[in-house]
Amino acid sequence: MSTTAEPERRDVLVCIKRTPAVGARIALTDDGLAIDTRHLGFTMGPHEECAVEEAVRIAESHRAAGGTARVTVLTVGPPDAAEQLRYAISMGADEGVLVEVPTEELDPEPTAASILAGLRSAPDTRYDLLLFGTDSAVAGNAQAGIRVACALGLPMVAGVKGIRFDDSGLELRRGTPAGIEIYRVPLPAAVGVKEGINVPRYPAVTGRMRARKAPLRTVPGEPAAGGLRTVALRRPREDRPETVVLGSGAAAAPAVVDVLAELGVV
Amino acid sequence: MLLVLIDTEADGTPGPGTGDVLAVAHATGLAVEVVTTGAVPDGLAVRRVHRLRHDLLTDHAPEALGEALVQLLAAVHPAGLLAAATERGDEVLAQTAARAGLPLATRCLALCPGEPWSLTRVRSGGVLLEDAELTAPVVLATVAPGAAASGSASAPAASASASEAPAPAPDVVEFVPELDPVLARTRVVERVPRAEGVSLATAPVVVSGGRGVGSADGYAVLEELAALLGGAVGCSRVATNNGWRSHSDQVGLTGTQIAPDLYIACGISGATQHWVGCMNARTILAINIDAEAPMVTRATYAVLGDLHEVLPAVIEEIRARSGTVDRPDPVPVGVADR
Ligand SMILES: Cc1cc2nc3c(=O)[nH]c(=O)nc-3n(C[C@H](O)[C@H](O)[C@H](O)COP(=O)(O)OP(=O)(O)OC[C@H]3O[C@@H](n4cnc5c(N)ncnc54)[C@H](O)[C@@H]3O)c2cc1C
Repeated sequence: MSTTAEPERRDVLVCIKRTPAVGARIALTDDGLAIDTRHLGFTMGPHEECAVEEAVRIAESHRAAGGTARVTVLTVGPPDAAEQLRYAISMGADEGVLVEVPTEELDPEPTAASILAGLRSAPDTRYDLLLFGTDSAVAGNAQAGIRVACALGLPMVAGVKGIRFDDSGLELRRGTPAGIEIYRVPLPAAVGVKEGINVPRYPAVTGRMRARKAPLRTVPGEPAAGGLRTVALRRPREDRPETVVLGSGAAAAPAVVDVLAELGVV
Repeated sequence: MLLVLIDTEADGTPGPGTGDVLAVAHATGLAVEVVTTGAVPDGLAVRRVHRLRHDLLTDHAPEALGEALVQLLAAVHPAGLLAAATERGDEVLAQTAARAGLPLATRCLALCPGEPWSLTRVRSGGVLLEDAELTAPVVLATVAPGAAASGSASAPAASASASEAPAPAPDVVEFVPELDPVLARTRVVERVPRAEGVSLATAPVVVSGGRGVGSADGYAVLEELAALLGGAVGCSRVATNNGWRSHSDQVGLTGTQIAPDLYIACGISGATQHWVGCMNARTILAINIDAEAPMVTRATYAVLGDLHEVLPAVIEEIRARSGTVDRPDPVPVGVADR
């Protein structure tokens, strides 16, 4: 028995999403329903990468204090999303769960239902903390985590840039234009993590080796459509006039200051 | 009837995005009523205001407010409930949607009633638009900042009702939800006010640097120019990830989306995720060694060259014109006479 308030074991789940790493211009598929990803690499969203980093740090410090800890990463996506799970494992997560659905992009309700299906597939695991990215990179529906937390009866705060364990649970910090809001929530809890909470590590070679061999558990998802249905994606019209080149190098300075003066900022 | 949730600042003024959400709500052609937990802002062109009253709702409390809204929906049967797509608005409506088992469309620019409702929402910070259909007994949506100006919400009702002579004061109806005390678990318990100074989000001028700056120290020259122009310093994600700048300076999809009068992008390539953070700037000046960089080709003005040569020359020129003596040593930030 532990004599401190710290539990001996800490289980953290991080939910991540595979997202296309789009460049300076986004190409769409012929049917206009999706981003054309044929020539793109994939990544996980920055908020989620920070969530993985935060989970790994929580586990590391818990282990350093003599406890045991485990970080599970879960993604809802096609089989290719295993790539993002393995990346999270290379950062230090312990295991991965792929909740398999046929498409890259699922509406928010089936996404939440599929995450819950993934959790039900391991009914004996109790997570102390569920981390999500505060919103996903491309779709930005900003609700899957809250739906999951709500279904599980867990408290959830989104947009969080600071997590600290204290005697009664978690202290969470969130930035607003007016300053920082502080929340204190009991465990178990769910948190929507925002980029800036930490600077994610670059995986070490040993981590990459481990990730390559790590077994992933695959579970079927629940992709039945919800009430929100995408009809088409399109690019907004952009009418930008041609760029005016003011010159090259230091010699352009007078022309730059002319413009600054014209704009009334000097 | 459409309900619009209005967030109020501590001083009672309507929160960010209020104008946009009201414009989009009026543009649907449905009658609009307002929900608030705080003061009733002046000059609302609506018939009725529902004021939620409960001890748990005295500060931001996403779960308690989400639950209170579910109860209000059941009591007044609106066609839908809208809120501004701020971090808070998205969060509260997601709580409402999850608790009521309803779909939610966040970050909408326009909504059109029907069976189903059709809508346009912002994706990837605004480089993509999504046309979607929402099938639900009660429509829940948040409205993206700038929606009123995007043209999608320009039905006559919007501007007419907002700009005409003083609207009669709305009826204020109190609504007292029954809230489980356990919901107090997600309520703001403390606030730390922001440090004084120009904030990235509201600065009229932002001098921003990316990978091209090369180091944390390299930002000294950007700081200096920003101080001369009364602006703030921004950065790209590369700068944040390298530990050169704090994430609170990051412009872009996962940083801050800003709309200054002038954005000076130094050594930033202009990836879409950065672009969505600065594309609403009135004027963009790009300083880059690469004439083909997307930031250069999309900017209003560009200077081709090394930012470490261009910026010191610009600073010197500003000083020369304002008659300030040019000093050989770097001038501490904020000393410039302006
Ligand atoms: C889901 C997702 C979200 C993201 N969110 C954000 C975000 O919020 N904000 C963000 O910024 N990025 C974001 N990114 C990253 C983004 O895709 C780019 O990687 C990043 O913006 C590039 O930063 P950069 O322009 O500084 O670097 P680079 O793309 O490497 O560009 C450097 C530029 O500097 C120029 N240069 C180099 N040296 C000099 C010099 N001496 N003088 C002048 N010019 C020079 C080069 O010509 C080049 O154009 C996100 C990415 C993803 C996948």
